[in-house]
Amino acid sequence: MTDLSHIRNFSIVAHIDHGKSTLADRLIQDTNTVADRDMKAQLLDSMDIERERGITIKANTVRIEYKADDGEDYVLNLIDTPGHVDFAYEVSRSMRAVEGSLLVVDSTQGVEAQTLANVYQAIDADHEIVPVLNKIDLPASECDRVAEQIEDVIGIDATDAIQVSAKTGVGIHETLEAIVTKLPAPEGNRDAPLKAMLVDSWYDPYLGVVVLVRVIDGEMRVKDRVKFMSNGTIHQIDRLGVFRPDMENIDVLGPGEIGFITASIKQVRDTRVGDTITSEKKGAEEALDGFKPSQPVVFCGLFPVDSAQFEDLRDAIDKLALNDASFSFEMETSAALGFGFRCGFLGLLHLEVIRDRIEREYDIELITTAPSVIYHVYMRDGTKIDLHNPADMPDVTHVDHIEEPRIKATILVPDDYLGDVLKLCQERRGVQLDLTYAGSRAMTVYDLPLNEVVFDFYDRLKSVTKGYASFDYQLTGYQTDNLVKMSVLVNEEPVDALSMMVHRDRAEMRGRAMVEKLKDLIPRHMFKIPIQAAIGGKVIARETLSALRKDVTAKCYGGDATRKRKLLDKQKAGKKKMRQFGKVDIPQEAFISALKMDS
Amino acid sequence: MTENWQRGGFGLYVHWPFCEAKCPYCDFNSYVSQSIDHDRWKAAYLSELNRVGSETPDRVLTSIFFGGGTPSLMEPSVVEEIIKTAGKLWPFTNDIEITIEANPSSVEAERFKGFQAGGVNRVSLGVQALNDTDLKALGRLHSVKEAREAIEIAQNTFERASFDLIYARQNQTLSQWESELSEAVAIGTDHLSLYQLTIEQGTAFGDRHKRGMLRGLPSEDLGADMYFATQDICEAAGLPAYETSNHARTGEESRHNQIYWRSGDYVGIGPGAHGRVTLNQMRLSTESFLAPGEWLKSVEDLNSGESERDPLDLGDQKDEFLLMGLRMSEGVDLSVFDFSDKYNEINNLSELGLVDKKDDTLRVTPQGRPLLNSILARLV
Repeated sequence: MTDLSHIRNFSIVAHIDHGKSTLADRLIQDTNTVADRDMKAQLLDSMDIERERGITIKANTVRIEYKADDGEDYVLNLIDTPGHVDFAYEVSRSMRAVEGSLLVVDSTQGVEAQTLANVYQAIDADHEIVPVLNKIDLPASECDRVAEQIEDVIGIDATDAIQVSAKTGVGIHETLEAIVTKLPAPEGNRDAPLKAMLVDSWYDPYLGVVVLVRVIDGEMRVKDRVKFMSNGTIHQIDRLGVFRPDMENIDVLGPGEIGFITASIKQVRDTRVGDTITSEKKGAEEALDGFKPSQPVVFCGLFPVDSAQFEDLRDAIDKLALNDASFSFEMETSAALGFGFRCGFLGLLHLEVIRDRIEREYDIELITTAPSVIYHVYMRDGTKIDLHNPADMPDVTHVDHIEEPRIKATILVPDDYLGDVLKLCQERRGVQLDLTYAGSRAMTVYDLPLNEVVFDFYDRLKSVTKGYASFDYQLTGYQTDNLVKMSVLVNEEPVDALSMMVHRDRAEMRGRAMVEKLKDLIPRHMFKIPIQAAIGGKVIARETLSALRKDVTAKCYGGDATRKRKLLDKQKAGKKKMRQFGKVDIPQEAFISALKMDS
Repeated sequence: MTENWQRGGFGLYVHWPFCEAKCPYCDFNSYVSQSIDHDRWKAAYLSELNRVGSETPDRVLTSIFFGGGTPSLMEPSVVEEIIKTAGKLWPFTNDIEITIEANPSSVEAERFKGFQAGGVNRVSLGVQALNDTDLKALGRLHSVKEAREAIEIAQNTFERASFDLIYARQNQTLSQWESELSEAVAIGTDHLSLYQLTIEQGTAFGDRHKRGMLRGLPSEDLGADMYFATQDICEAAGLPAYETSNHARTGEESRHNQIYWRSGDYVGIGPGAHGRVTLNQMRLSTESFLAPGEWLKSVEDLNSGESERDPLDLGDQKDEFLLMGLRMSEGVDLSVFDFSDKYNEINNLSELGLVDKKDDTLRVTPQGRPLLNSILARLV
């Protein structure tokens, strides 16, 4: 057990690609925590998808032992937090588990919106913050300008910012020293009743659920019986240890320490991030504050392209849910897409990660329906419905009014592109709350409806700013607006999977875009097919797919009969991949493309 | 119930697999060869003829068709010998049709007399275009002038003569095709085969198309416009379509091809030749070895060039009956098989005006004819 004064717990705050993971790798490597031969890039991002996308979803942690210039041995615990807005609550919990942060800013880029959101979380958690200017090896590096920007935009002193190249190793020693000298040691009482925070948890096929904890007061030992305060469940600790970054068993975790426990817990659902763990007997009276169960924000339907894979999809979703308490699901049936699941996610990135994992790890091709948010539908009889599938929209004559979730969005952008960004936000029904400049960069804050953001906002933002804008948001609440359900009809038949909730003023535009897209995606038939977008009985956009005019084999003689018959058999097999709507066959790809969020 | 083979007639198909040059659009089983041992080929054909003849006694032969390849490159004596042998195996109908396909070059026209003397009474000329630039693009070795002369010689030599044209060619406009087709009917013929250019895999055009180098092909709309213009011009000239791509004055239809479309029986000899024969109430599909050398060797060593022989189940027979029969303007007789499972779809297509069912006869309407593949996709 390490004395409190020789422990430093910290996290790293950075925007994607500003070098957080590389810096973490360097710290691990320079302290010989991992033998050189076991080093691989981005050691802490363990999942393939995380490593590929350069994002962290689960909190990762590593215990680093460091002999400082003062001759003393220190234990440095790094928690690598998910940096993405979808996981804001998880980030806030990780921040509470440590006392300080390294603020890593790419010295060639400057502060980004995501950095801001996370640094404010760190400030909220009373962190001591050490600014680190990374990538100083690059010719475009501008340390002075970026340091100034940190002071202007974030409002923290950056005069002592450490200049680092995680790539070449310059400044790594200085960083380790700053962690020891500038960050505070944790506080805690070894003799008080056990109080530990559940920082994160995940499922390990051999060990069951592994729980990442930060001990605040008291001690944890193997065989201790502990209580999870949010639900009162009791577990006996089977195993206890730290990460270096591989799991290593130890006997006891004391105040200020970060480590893991396993306790024969079968489902991640039983462990809630932010929960307080105490001892079964003579436990703490009060839980740590700030615990809240996670709530899905974005919903969509996931359907197997091959309907025979429905059971495989059910298995995959069950298994993923074991490891992800923030993901919700229930069975859904669609006339268009057959059997599938309506799933709830923390945000769009979370949605994409889950979808990618199902497709990749379970080899199931998916159709993802348009993402939707939760609408509050207030009925004339005074009842309220939480609507998260447009298909379930009640008859409008019984609806009094509808509320939709709004967000506060922060966007940082070089001022050259500001005009385009403001235009985009206005188009998306945004209300400007703030606009400030820092050097040649502008920061604007907008109140926006979440449903406009889940559609294709990221992609539009990226495209109008050539990728230079950064964006972050937080949910602010619900607001009444003129919302309607838009249905899509193909040959007069409604296609449920394509219906969506839209603002009345935006309905024509969205409807037009949808029918134009479908016109290109549905193959011509032997008759003409009207494709319509409608609100209730009123058609707001219409395209007509003209009839096929020529489809005939020119030559067919004695030697062609067999070939022609086999060709028709093959066509018959291909037709099974179509979904039939009345007389119209719509290929699966049409749904996939029509519903694609990024187009 | 009368069996199809009795209704549809009985034909003999002879495949000659060689050409002087391979045309870039052609996916038929054809080869270019420098030296051909005609005696050896004759012996092989006669051997095959005797083999299939011994399996099909008691038939009356309606038609013989020499196809290819370029069968007009056969020695007239070989053609004559095959016709003679066929006559020994089966009695001929009084109006037996004996057709040979030919290129309209002056060299071949010189041989027409020989084929006529050997018993051939109908010729089908691969004219393909009445425009020298396009003939070159199609890889044809003859000129328009030669073609016109060959047509004249053929008409004077044989009882019946037909010729082929390909349309919807690269960069062809609707008006160009209309005037070319008008010129064609003005020549005065009782039978025309008019094919839309189809890009087939494994041909030179197919390769070029795949590489995006086959430019100027007509759009679907232009193709449809050309198809309808073709119907109008031919009907006005008294040459209505009796099949998707074949036009004739009444009574001048190709009897041989009607055997295929009416699901009659036919035996096929020569490399890659297919057959449909009903033996012991079982309808068989037969195929011969594709490669000339392989076929020849198999005939010589094993006394058979046949590579496949499969019984067609009832479902396959019904499918072929529709996919071949609906090509014909006369339509199909639905009482031949049990088609009750198709009535729902037939009604749907009928509502769209694409097919027409009167009593037991199902026809594809003039509007439906250019959409036959889509119609068949619903019916088979």
